[in-house]
Amino acid sequence: MSARAAWRLESLGFAEVYRYQGGRDDWLANGLPFEGLRSKVVRVVDVARHEVPTCALGTRVAEARARAEAAGWNECVVTNDAGVVVGMVRGRALHGDANALVDEVMDPGPVTERLDAPAEKIARELYERGLTRRLVTTGDGELVAMFFAADVLEGKRAGSGAPPRDERGSSGM
Amino acid sequence: MAGPRAGGTRHAATVIVPKTIDRRVVQRLVAEGAQLVDVLAPQEHDDAHITGAINIHLKRLDARSASVLDRARPVITYCHDYQ
Repeated sequence: MSARAAWRLESLGFAEVYRYQGGRDDWLANGLPFEGLRSKVVRVVDVARHEVPTCALGTRVAEARARAEAAGWNECVVTNDAGVVVGMVRGRALHGDANALVDEVMDPGPVTERLDAPAEKIARELYERGLTRRLVTTGDGELVAMFFAADVLEGKRAGSGAPPRDERGSSGM
Repeated sequence: MAGPRAGGTRHAATVIVPKTIDRRVVQRLVAEGAQLVDVLAPQEHDDAHITGAINIHLKRLDARSASVLDRARPVITYCHDYQ
């Protein structure tokens, strides 16, 4: 639609016309300012925790574990130089071979959520699936925060030491 | 701001291809005075739109509806996504 609209404006004599290819979805997914009815709904980015322990590829598990524990968490997010999430070390992997590289033990595909997703809906979905938290990234995969269902459902900060809930022995993501 | 026809690429004759841009360029151009046009249906615009965007539904985009736009300033169109 936007391409046709841009062409139409050109045909109407407008001299300088651009087309924003990503459109509204891209804008919202990256947490940029918007107006409308949806702006009254609390988004995951509004209530997520932004201090997330991270490490780079090539980091030893011992270092990842130390960063996670320093933050009081059971996971450490692996990011690249652009801040893009490339993996997650948690559970047994985080507490396993301390000399291993995170590259070797990380989950390379942790589930992520959009910044603009409705917080209460996502919190309920996580709760119903026995999960506690989810990474929040931009549309380009850049780490933004960690969303905790309990922060919405209980109205308070959840503890970081949720018990293992899945087959990987992770903390319920 | 760029000069006449800066938003597109001139081809052989008189055809101008509107230039495709990303959100970072959108932010820069808007800060410089560009106009954002949301071509979604009014109910979709009411649900959520980029701050400051003007709603002109594609189905109603003609000389009359476009008269609300300033021809001296760049115009950026957008819809849901890449389509």
